[in-house]
Amino acid sequence: MSESKADISIEALRLGDRREFARLVDVYSGPLFRLALKMLGNAPDAEDALQNTFIKAFQHVDKFEGRSSLSTWLYRIASNEALMLLRKRRPETNFSDVTPEVEDDQNLDPVQFTDWCCLPEEEYLSAEGRIAMDRAVEHLPETLRIVFVLRDLEDLSIQETSQVLGLSETAVKTRLLRARLRLREELSSYYGDRLNRRSKE
Amino acid sequence: MSANDQSQCKSLLVFLSDFVDGTLSEELCQEIKCHTAECEHCRIVVDTLRKTISLYHECADEPVEISGELRSHLFKTLNLDDYMQP
Repeated sequence: MSESKADISIEALRLGDRREFARLVDVYSGPLFRLALKMLGNAPDAEDALQNTFIKAFQHVDKFEGRSSLSTWLYRIASNEALMLLRKRRPETNFSDVTPEVEDDQNLDPVQFTDWCCLPEEEYLSAEGRIAMDRAVEHLPETLRIVFVLRDLEDLSIQETSQVLGLSETAVKTRLLRARLRLREELSSYYGDRLNRRSKE
Repeated sequence: MSANDQSQCKSLLVFLSDFVDGTLSEELCQEIKCHTAECEHCRIVVDTLRKTISLYHECADEPVEISGELRSHLFKTLNLDDYMQP
């Protein structure tokens, strides 16, 4: 799948060209699936979200006005699908499982001060390290997680992220900062522990 | 860290994301650099925040492809099987 996002013809999609739809699916499946997986935390739900994203894109492409890029438009549909599935899930969630989405700035204060930047390179992206990283993302409240996934994992700009989510750029920046600081806390806990264990070995 | 330093730590915290992204004004960058030269806790926060973000970026740079099974299922559900490239 070497085709790039820029190659897709919006005009052909609008005209209902099925070959172009097939190309769209191949170009965007990977990144949209990752977005859904990071948001939902399991493959079956992510697969549902991905499928619904394409169904809605096909249904509504004739209304796509081109005010944002095709990519931004698809990310918006996929983000909405993932958030909708999360909200549907909520009635079954125990109260204690819900991450409080506190917006006060006191929560930003760092509490972990271990310098774990000196670990050997192979420690960072080990299988165990990746699990810790994924878990840290899962622990983010969904309002912060979606911003982090779009900006830092999918490499959208602040402006594109704000277009996808219908938020101001200031709100995106604030949520991104909060997400990154929380992730730093969790990774500091995990890699700090790795550092301690290594020093005892 | 004195009590004064702590209030500076707090006031600089909100700029750290932009600082790490390289999108902060030169003036504020200098302020953070001067502060972290003196404040060990903030130096660690900046370094580990930068490392955190770079680790996620590194993972995100790896190509993402869906499984062949999911791809076939998707093309079938979307009624696009005739256009599925090998």
